[in-house]
Amino acid sequence: MLKSIWTCVVSVAAILFATTSVTTTVAARDAAYDPWPGIQEDVFENRQLIEDTQNILLDAPYRAEDAAIVPLTMTISKDIAGSVKDLWLIIDKNPAPVAAQFSFGPAAGSGERTIITRVRIDEYSHVRAVVETNDGKLYMAAKYVKAAGGCSAPALKDMDAALTGIGKMRVKILQSDISKTKMLMGQVMIKHPQYSGMQMNQLTGLYIPAKFITEMEIKRGKDVVMTVTGGISLSEDPNIRFTYAPGSEDHSLEIVAKDTDGRIMNGRAIPKGS
Amino acid sequence: MRIQINRRTVLQMTAKGALCAIPAASFCARAFADPSNGSVQSTFFTEVAPGVMVHQGQHAHEMTADNLGDISNCGVIIGKDAIAVIDTGGSARFGSALKAAIAQVSDLPVRYVINTHMHPDHVFGNAAFMAENTAFIGHAKLARGLSARADRYLSINKKTLGDTAFAGTKIVLPTQSVQDTLNLDLGGRALTLTAQKTAHTDNDLTVRDETTGTVFMGDLIFSGHTPTLDGSIKGWMTRLSDLSAKPAARIVPGHGPASMAWPDAAKPMERYFSTIAREIRAILARDGTLKEAMSTVGRSEKGAWQLFEEYHVRNVSAAFAELEWE
Repeated sequence: MLKSIWTCVVSVAAILFATTSVTTTVAARDAAYDPWPGIQEDVFENRQLIEDTQNILLDAPYRAEDAAIVPLTMTISKDIAGSVKDLWLIIDKNPAPVAAQFSFGPAAGSGERTIITRVRIDEYSHVRAVVETNDGKLYMAAKYVKAAGGCSAPALKDMDAALTGIGKMRVKILQSDISKTKMLMGQVMIKHPQYSGMQMNQLTGLYIPAKFITEMEIKRGKDVVMTVTGGISLSEDPNIRFTYAPGSEDHSLEIVAKDTDGRIMNGRAIPKGS
Repeated sequence: MRIQINRRTVLQMTAKGALCAIPAASFCARAFADPSNGSVQSTFFTEVAPGVMVHQGQHAHEMTADNLGDISNCGVIIGKDAIAVIDTGGSARFGSALKAAIAQVSDLPVRYVINTHMHPDHVFGNAAFMAENTAFIGHAKLARGLSARADRYLSINKKTLGDTAFAGTKIVLPTQSVQDTLNLDLGGRALTLTAQKTAHTDNDLTVRDETTGTVFMGDLIFSGHTPTLDGSIKGWMTRLSDLSAKPAARIVPGHGPASMAWPDAAKPMERYFSTIAREIRAILARDGTLKEAMSTVGRSEKGAWQLFEEYHVRNVSAAFAELEWE
């Protein structure tokens, strides 16, 4: 009898202690946990990353007005653009930190490269643009953004409208930029709720299953400008602006995207006057 | 026994008496009993029409522990048999204060608690009114909208208000929903509830007291406080125009004075939204960006609204994401 009580007390103490220590660890982790070393290891195999704010510009608001739609601009200088093969957009503290990987093709050109998009940010976090050049070197620029709740927030302001017209794509060639940079600029907009899998439907007690765009191929005629591998961090109704080089013949943009349901979305744009 | 209410009894019933029935000393002291707040603010209710009372929220403020989340307007309509409450403020503690204030005016039962939409400053006082014979009524889409946001609303408001002010606050979903319109009878007093199409949110509901022609607009109308766009700018502009064509003796805004003339009350909002829409469309026409819109659009409206820097840029961001699909 005595023994069993003693065992009980020990167990309770052990549980209490365990709970306390776990709570403490989690709290400490929340405040100070830095996921970057782990990301560096997983995504870049611990290779050296060189901070280069001369050749990589990352424009992000210090404080996001709406964490579900934070505008970002990434620019790669013409000094290195021609040799850049990949660009990773990383949001350290998001549940899936790699927001997108842009893999460039020949039609990306060698002039200054710009990508403008919108992301969800789940908590105060560093946002990074990392590029890899053909010689295997990694260069990076980072910004700290104060934003919270971007991934779990139902960005869907009108919940019925979110699924209406899913997959509708609009592609546009923004002519006005040609003379300035000798590069063309295109824009792709896709109607898509980008469900993160973290948004709960409390009527059913279930999380709304993830449904988002996983890949996109952007071509100028037959030549690849870039392929985009995306995740839940790209905002609802993804919107990407990108520079590309003028071709000798076909300047039209052809875009194919695919989502987690296997839905294939297509869009194209032909330059005015052709 | 029924207590006849008239303007005098309402005005006599100061918040000190009503609110201090619950232990929220700092709330009473700062919000209402402080003479420097003026006579109107020291009164819990304003009787805007016979049997229609409005508690004016401290609309130029954000939710704090001191104000218990009392930042939006709530209404009380008293019939011969029953009372309807329209919106319940931003915490269960405030809801209790509202309930106590109502009890000082009438001993009729609160049979209906109507929520004009899902936002915490309008629904978080619901818990104080939970009773066997009380129906909670909202737009058919309120339950879904609020449920999807419940965790976030609760955690943010708990943090903002603090544990003490937040105590007892929980999500209370409608027990009865309005798909199109619903008529309620308070005993010799008919109310018409109308579910609106997406505007401020996707679950806006208006309440018309047929006896006095008073319309509770919820957050379809903001006055003073910068409007907050959580639905559709185009929808909201259309609703304002449609509702303006329907006469009302007076309206009660979700944020602003207890009573306003109609349709004049819609004018500043029409100007605000048409300015934003016009300037965003001009940026879209020349392929400008969201970022550019966020830093330039609607700055001329800055002087016209309170809490402008807190909400305006977010409105522009939401409006841009909508209008770029036109």
